[in-house]
This record gives sequence, structure tokens and C-alpha cells, in this order.
Amino acid sequence: MIRTYDLILLRFGEIAIKGKNRKRFEKAAYMHIQSLLSAFPKAVIRKEFGRFYIELHGESAERMVPELQKVFGIESVSPVIAVPSELSAIIAAARQYLSEYNLQAPTLFKVNARRVWKGFEHSSHEMNRLVSGPLLHDQIHLKVDVHHPDFELRVEVREDQTYIFSEVLPGAGGYPLGTNGKAVLLLSGGIDSPVAGWSAMRRGLEVECVHFHSYPFTSKKAEEKVIRLAHVLASYAGSIRLHLVPFTEVQTLFTQAKQDNLMITLMRRAMLRIASNIAEQESALALVTGDSLGQVASQTLPSMNVIGRATDLPLLRPLVMMDKAEIIELSKQIGTFDLSILPYEDCCSLFIPKSPSTNPNLRIINKIESVLPGLDDHIKAAVEGTRTIVIQAGDKLTFDQEVEQEQWF
Amino acid sequence: MNYYFDQAATTPPHPDVTRTIAEIMMQHYGNPSSLHQLGEASVQLLRKAREVCAEALDVPPRTILFTSGATESNNLAIKGAALQYSKRGRHIVTTAIEHASVYESVKQLEAWGYEITILPVDQEGRITPKQVLDAIRPDTTIVSVMHVNNEVGTIMPIQDIGLQLKTKYPRVLFHVDGVQGFGKVPLNIKGSGIDLYSLSAHKIYGPKGTGLLFVREGVQLTPLLSGGSQEHGFRAGTENVPQIVGMAKSMRMAVEGRITVAERMSHLKESIMDQLELIPELVINTPRELTAPHIINFSYPGMKGEVLLHMLEEAGFMVSTRSACSSKKSEPSGVLLAMGRTSAAATSGIRISLGNEHTDYEVGLLMEAIRSIVARLRHWKGGQR
Repeated sequence: MIRTYDLILLRFGEIAIKGKNRKRFEKAAYMHIQSLLSAFPKAVIRKEFGRFYIELHGESAERMVPELQKVFGIESVSPVIAVPSELSAIIAAARQYLSEYNLQAPTLFKVNARRVWKGFEHSSHEMNRLVSGPLLHDQIHLKVDVHHPDFELRVEVREDQTYIFSEVLPGAGGYPLGTNGKAVLLLSGGIDSPVAGWSAMRRGLEVECVHFHSYPFTSKKAEEKVIRLAHVLASYAGSIRLHLVPFTEVQTLFTQAKQDNLMITLMRRAMLRIASNIAEQESALALVTGDSLGQVASQTLPSMNVIGRATDLPLLRPLVMMDKAEIIELSKQIGTFDLSILPYEDCCSLFIPKSPSTNPNLRIINKIESVLPGLDDHIKAAVEGTRTIVIQAGDKLTFDQEVEQEQWF
Repeated sequence: MNYYFDQAATTPPHPDVTRTIAEIMMQHYGNPSSLHQLGEASVQLLRKAREVCAEALDVPPRTILFTSGATESNNLAIKGAALQYSKRGRHIVTTAIEHASVYESVKQLEAWGYEITILPVDQEGRITPKQVLDAIRPDTTIVSVMHVNNEVGTIMPIQDIGLQLKTKYPRVLFHVDGVQGFGKVPLNIKGSGIDLYSLSAHKIYGPKGTGLLFVREGVQLTPLLSGGSQEHGFRAGTENVPQIVGMAKSMRMAVEGRITVAERMSHLKESIMDQLELIPELVINTPRELTAPHIINFSYPGMKGEVLLHMLEEAGFMVSTRSACSSKKSEPSGVLLAMGRTSAAATSGIRISLGNEHTDYEVGLLMEAIRSIVARLRHWKGGQR
């Protein structure tokens, strides 16, 4: 970004067409942006049909735009400069704007003027010509191409001010946060589940995370890693609740079944039961997992069939038809990849059998579960033993706070 | 009452630094490699210290490698890189006025079959970028040039050397010994083509036995200390967490205070040089321009440096004859000889080095002492003649 901008323009995507719900959606996005702007105290949001404007009042667009690109429901983001609606001022600003791009190579270009305020003396069509003339004179590299421009300078003439911009940066898209209800995400320490969580949030779901730990078989660092992952998700949601479930007892119980190859199936079913219980407590209406078809033994279709029957809630699997490479790409984009690949074992990599079943038999599973002593009690105990923490975006994580004493540095 | 004017040898640790080190030594003794929470706490301190040091140098945290001091940093930079890249070539370029830890490292490599080019300096103790470029051969792997000379304070044109070197020979590594420059003379590491940069904490009010080496991303070094995988595997050994944090603190303070401190020191240095010029027996070795603000070197030709040093000590002033690391030798200063001074002048060099705490008052007392000592020696020398 090259200059001091006055405004940032945010456009809504799908939600702009959602009739009666539009107000609700806009309000959710408004609240989300408002919470982000606490870091930019001078900025003010202004609502208009299908758009928000953020008046910067000196705040840095460069710092703010990446934050706004995380807001769900926003289709695109444009930093804008505002000048008085007078022809000379508009032309001067356009020349200045282009000169700062310092174009070195031939560039196809067009001016796209829109006269919103009909009281302005020149029509949109006239404005295209009036603004592009001096620019073509200034910049030897510019060549007009109205059909396929590389560079489109937009000029919006309004009564109070005229807006000039060219960049249209992609927003996060989807629906504003929480407008489609609440779900519980099974968050492991891996690559997939944080991406699944982000995808669910992007579709307007409020997400609460559930993580299963097997302390002392898994280390505190594994838990810390999950907290850091949830912290990244919180940066998209403002804040996130993370439920840490003690899973050691349940796991130990399953080892008694002496059915090594069904261990994973049994564990995954128990996890879904526990997560469903938590969902009920938290009034969530679905479970979200990072399953991707065929990726591992528990994600074959027969496994999904047997495992999925452990819950009555809808099981949402945002990544089910995605390739691993696509998932990795997304996890890099949303900022969870580097954390996900930290080498701490989670409860699933523990007790992992040599050859887990890819085709478990539901009847056998039901049989094992019915004869294991006290399975329901163990599941209940795990739910009751769950520790819930709330992670705020931008907060320093507690384990970072503990030691870092500022006066030492 | 003692007045300490040997800050280029070492600085008194800042009280906040010693307090930090003592507190951390007592509270966070965990080994950063341990898996339990005591270890984890040390990991966090180390991580934060790395960030603070990196910010002070304006480089990414992962490029900072903690060492036991600049001697180790210089050894690791030069020998570690020479060994690592020996397949590319075995020729090293450095200057005639480097610190012993650089000079002896290249000498050791020479004994191992490497070839060394030592660039002569001009009368002010400086080399030119052209000299460096002319010395480069197809088998050159490293160029090592100090930022500020420790005996006379001359500033080397590091940025020019680095940029020209990297434009013409991007594969040749550029090492800079930054010990005397950091916190006194600005240097843009990222913008000067520097691959390796050594620093010591005890020259900037930090603890002794702690330093760092900046290793640009992509540069590999053969470790000199083998063992655990600490410091990206480049330097084994349990990290000295308390002192590393102490160093981070002293680096932060040095950067924050640099401009005001350098201004005040420059003014004192000017005043000292003005007064030394009025004493006819003395020759000033430190050039007025393009030198660091804290070092003034002069000679009393014909009078061994130690005589003046001990007489000043009697009067309560601690100064130095030359680099502390070489001062127990009685030969003439190699730096002064390299600058073309006579053997008599090079054997009688005295270094005054300034610190943050010095004011016009202490400098006035020091100059008064120098004047009266020279007057006494004048009689003695005269009688001898």
C-alpha cells in the first residue's frame, strides 16, 4: 500500500441478497468489525446499503486491512482516498494516486467513474474521459483498454465527497460470525481440524472447541499447542471457548477390550459421545470434524459410517472431499500450519495399533461397548472432568505471561 | 577514588542487568531442554531474549545464535564457515587490524592449509571496498572486517564493503566483528550485505561470558562445539539463560540510549583530543573524523605505554595500553604499526575509552592528570638525555 488512505470500503457478498435476514447478518458483521477496531480507537464504522465504510481518521490502513480480511461475510476490501467533489480536486488526487504507483512497465488501464450524486456537473461517461486524459499525459506506460484493464481506477462521485480507489482485495467471504448458529469442533493438534473449524466459522457458525488429552501420556506441550491453535481461531472470532476433556480413563478402558485394531474406532465413537454431551450443555446443534475421506483408517467410508452412528447430532465435515494439499494450503493461509506441525503427541497418536481397521463391523463394536464395564460412567466422568477456558483474540496466552517479566527485559 | 576509562576493555555491568541475572538464576534454573515446566519457563525466557536481541539488531529472531562471547562468535563465524564451505574454496580475506580472536582464527586456518589475505590499512586504520574486491579470488569463501577498531576507534566502511562485495561476489560470506561498534555507531545489518555479525554483552554493560552471532538465514556453519542440538545445532551446550536475558536487556538499553550517549561521548572525545593536541610530546593516533565516539588513542613516543598507564593508575585513572586481549604482550601494537606509526609510537600507545557515565568533570580530572604526568616525565626524560 502506497499512501495514506482516508477510508476502507467493505463489500458484503452473499448476505446482501438475503432479504429479511440481511439486517441480522449486517449487525453480526458490524459487531465483529467493532470488536476488531478496539485496536484502532480513532476508526469509525459507517453503514450503507450492502457496504460498510471505515473512516480511518489517521489509523493505519496497512495494519487494519489484514485484520478486516479475516471478517467473515465480507466479500472484498478496498482502501480509499476521499477528496471534495470538485473536478480539479478529483483530477489532482487521481494523478497523485497514480504517480505513487511508479508504473515501470506498459499497463492496460481504464477509469471507471460513477456519478452517484446526480447534482454533479459531469456525467459518469464524461468523467471517465476527464480523469483519464491527464493521467495518460502523465504516465507514458499507460494504455487504455476498457475491456481487460490491468489497472482500474475507480472514481465514485458522491454529494459529500468523491472516493478514489483501485485495489479490491479479497475478504474472507462466507457469512458473518455466528449467524448460522453454534457447533462444537473436535480440535486435535493436527493440520485438518483447525482448518475445519475455520471453514465452519466462515459459514457463519459460532464454534466451541473440544480437545481430548491423555495427560500424563501426552505432555503439557501438546495441550499448549492446542491452546495456541484455538488462539489463532480466536483471531477470526474475537474469542473462543476451548473444552479440555480428560480422556486417559476412557482410553485405558478400551485397552481392556483387547481389540487393538478396533481401538481407534472405539475411541472416535467415545469422543463423539463426549462432544455431543458438551454440545448439549452449550446449546450447539452440530459437531464439526476435520475428517477427509480416506485419509486415515478412521476416515474410510465404512469407518465414518460406524463412528458417525455414535451421535444423533449432524456431523459436519467441511474437508471431507478436499485433498490434503488443499487443506495444507488453507492451513498456511489461516496461520495454523506452523503450529500444527509441532511434534507433540496427542491422544490419538498414543495407543495407536499396528493395523487399525478400515472396515469395522458395527455389530462387533456395539457388542464390545455393551460389555466394557462402566463405559457410560467413564464418559460421564470425562464430561464432568472437562475444563473450559476462554481464549480472547489478541490476549497474551497465560503460559507466556507466567514467566515473561517485563522488568527482566 | 578511581576513575574508570577502560570501557572498551569491558564495562561495569548495569545494576538492572545484574539484578535481572540474579533473579533469573534463582527463580528459573530449569534447563531449556527439559520437558517439564521448569524447562519450559526457561525456553520462554530464551525465546523472549532472542526476540529482544533480534529487535535491537533489526533482524529476524531465528538468525540469532547465543554464544559465550565475541571471541567464540568470531571463531565460530570464521572457522565454522571456512570448514562448512571448504569445498567452495579455502581462501579468506581479512584486515591487518582485527581483534586477536579473528586474527588467530585465520592464522589457525592457515596452519590447516587455508590461504589468507591480510589487507593493509591506511594511516587512519581503514581499508577501502576496492581493496576487498581486488583481493577476492574464485576460491574466496569469507571476508572478515571489524566495524570499529578496538584500539584506535576507526570506523570501517562496512556498508560500502558489504554492498559492493555482494553485488559482485554474492557467494562470498561477509563477517563483521561488531563488538566495539554496537550501541555507539549505527549499522544496518540487513542493508549492508552482512552474513555473520559478532557481538559481546560485556562491552555494553551486560555480563561477561555471553555474546551472540547473527547468522543470516541460509548460511550454514560447521559447529565448533559438538553435543546437543541447542542453537539450531550450530552451538551445543546448555544455554546460559540468566546471562542471555541480561544481554538482551543491555542490548535494548544500548539501542534506546545510543543517540544521546553517542552525542555526549563525541563531545567529550572532542574535548580530550583538543587538550591532548596542546601537549607537544604526545601524538594522537585516533583520527578526528569517522571514528567511534568512545575511543581516543595517543602515544608518547619513546615512553613505554605501561609507564604512563601505571602513573595514571597511581593518580586513580584506569586506562589501557592497547586491546585488553593483547595488552600483556610487550611488543609494539600491531594496529599502530599497521597504520604506519613508528615503532617508538607503537610501543607507547595509550587508549582512553569512555562510558555512558562520564561527564566533563571526570574528563577534566583525567586531562589534568595527564598534563602533570607528562610534565614530570618531561623532566625525567630531559635528565636522562
